[in-house]
Amino acid sequence: MNKAMKCTAGTAEQYVLLQVNNLVKHYDSRSGLWGKITGNPGSLVQAVDGVSLTINRGETLGLIGESGCGKSTLGRAILRLHEPTSGSVTFDGTDVTKLDADSLKKMRRRMQIIFQDPYASLNPRKTIEDIIGTALRLQGVAKSSDIRGCVTQLLENVGLKPDHMTRFPHQFSGGQRQRIGIARALALNPEFIVCDEPVSALDVSIQAQVIQLLDDLKRELGLTYLFISHDISVIGYISDHIAVMYLGDIVETGPTKQILTDPQHPYTQALLSAVPRVDGSGTGDRVKLTGDLPSPINPPKGCKFHTRCPYAKDECQLKKPEHHELKNGLTVACHLVTGN
Amino acid sequence: MTEAQPILSISNLQTRFATRYGLVTAVDGVSLDVMPGECVGVVGESGSGKSVTFASVMGLIKPPGWIDGGSIKFEGQELVGMSERSYRSLRGKYIAMTMQDALTALNPALTVGFQIMEVLLAHDSQISGSARNRIRKARARVIEMMMLVRIPSPETRLNDYPHQFSGGMRQRMMIAIALACRPKLLIADEPTTALDVTIQAQVLELITDIRQTLGMSVILITHDLGVVAEYCDRVAVMYAGQVIESGPTKSVIGQPSHPYTQGLLRSIPNLANLDKRIRPIEGQVPELIDLTPGCRFIGRCDVREEACTQRVEMRNIGQGRTVRCIQPKGNVQ
Repeated sequence: MNKAMKCTAGTAEQYVLLQVNNLVKHYDSRSGLWGKITGNPGSLVQAVDGVSLTINRGETLGLIGESGCGKSTLGRAILRLHEPTSGSVTFDGTDVTKLDADSLKKMRRRMQIIFQDPYASLNPRKTIEDIIGTALRLQGVAKSSDIRGCVTQLLENVGLKPDHMTRFPHQFSGGQRQRIGIARALALNPEFIVCDEPVSALDVSIQAQVIQLLDDLKRELGLTYLFISHDISVIGYISDHIAVMYLGDIVETGPTKQILTDPQHPYTQALLSAVPRVDGSGTGDRVKLTGDLPSPINPPKGCKFHTRCPYAKDECQLKKPEHHELKNGLTVACHLVTGN
Repeated sequence: MTEAQPILSISNLQTRFATRYGLVTAVDGVSLDVMPGECVGVVGESGSGKSVTFASVMGLIKPPGWIDGGSIKFEGQELVGMSERSYRSLRGKYIAMTMQDALTALNPALTVGFQIMEVLLAHDSQISGSARNRIRKARARVIEMMMLVRIPSPETRLNDYPHQFSGGMRQRMMIAIALACRPKLLIADEPTTALDVTIQAQVLELITDIRQTLGMSVILITHDLGVVAEYCDRVAVMYAGQVIESGPTKSVIGQPSHPYTQGLLRSIPNLANLDKRIRPIEGQVPELIDLTPGCRFIGRCDVREEACTQRVEMRNIGQGRTVRCIQPKGNVQ
């Protein structure tokens, strides 16, 4: 089975591959045994709090936000690596949240993930052949005699040499390890990959190599990405659309160009203006944010951003803003941006 | 500026480590001057020797590492070979350094208030009198410092432990500890790497504010060229233990002269022009063991020639700029 060229290239027509509807992931430690023993009441962490997203086939949706805003949890809840609390994830017409274990396992061939930390996400006791080949064996897509051939092909696709197969993860640099992580995600010939901060742990020059690899693979194999990152320049480079997340909610979505040039939500504006620019274009009227991200255990009422928003009004503390669609293609959840 | 004496002057510094794989030359002939009140950015990828250079300045190189040559002068005083005792009176008081990872650099078993107070009690001559008096005076200064780095309600927060603080607040506490004795030079080692952009902006603006009010010099060690472009007067780019290019920030970033600096700038997606493709530098940073005498960048360079296998010295190319390349400007794009 030739892993590389089986998928057809991305089609031009707009075709929704993934639809996330009102997805919620809360971590509840209020009813645990530990709480009963210690008398600690526990808490409810509202990591993802009703998120809706659409990703078209062959496109990349960039998900951006500060650490602790729930980006990674969202990515994992979509794949059911963490079981969502409520809401639905429709992948190519199938509701993933309703699948039983067998069907989910089959579905996982089509949905994969690349993890953030290339040092922690590879088993140090396994050879590269084992790491990449395990998925092929478990899913039964390749006979054991073919696995070596498949792994060779995959390593070549990600720019590594076939004789790297017998080595162990510690013999590779950070950039090479991330390539191994990418090869592992590609092994089952998926259509959709969640890239969870795949380049954050890498140096600038290596980061560029990996971004380019992901971009090339997307084009060659017609992949669809959910690309999670806190780095706006990386997201801006690789994404077709961008979703901005704050404390478990999506506050603004839209085409990359609109988000970057004409953001409407005050949080997006602040996030963009906080990025130091090499060309010095970012200085000037910087929207300054004070304070830290509030805790998702006890998020602010109303608009969650009102505690740090420079334009907050009374209304913002009382009512949670609805998503408005604006004329330029942006969807914004803010009381001050009504679109009229 | 030409009249003033540099506050810190590093010349031809060599720092080596003996490892079981061989001799590692982590810093190889680094020279750098820092003027009073100036902010100098030191950029480089991991393993380029940025942190070891300034650990050498702080006298923190311990066996199996040693300073093998060169000199480090602080206000004219030679630091290489200085006794540990003299170093103790210098560190914290005149030169302070904030460490990269604020969570591991703070002591988890001591309150943050105590960790600032410790520096004051050790160095500040104004804090004198009976033990009780000294603590009272020091405590007032701690609150003042915490207000300076904008920690809300410092009177209560000073009794908190590091784990009760967020990442940005911990980094600001590190800065408060470093600034407690109003040093003349602050070495900030990746002060914002672990932080989100909105918090990064807060911390960097705070450092800039304090630099202007106290008139101190700052060395900002970072891997983010954007940070350098916005906050530093001059920049030194390091690669594999050497400074390969230095000069005023605007001119180095606007017209990089070394192929590595050029490559680095091409590797960063440009938000203002997203259609421009990035062009990564192929290959990897060389191992620092058993290096050849030639240019360190030779394996990844597009414009290498025969002469690059010989030792390449820093050259002056005018306008306060130096570059370690035999054909600087040869391929400015």
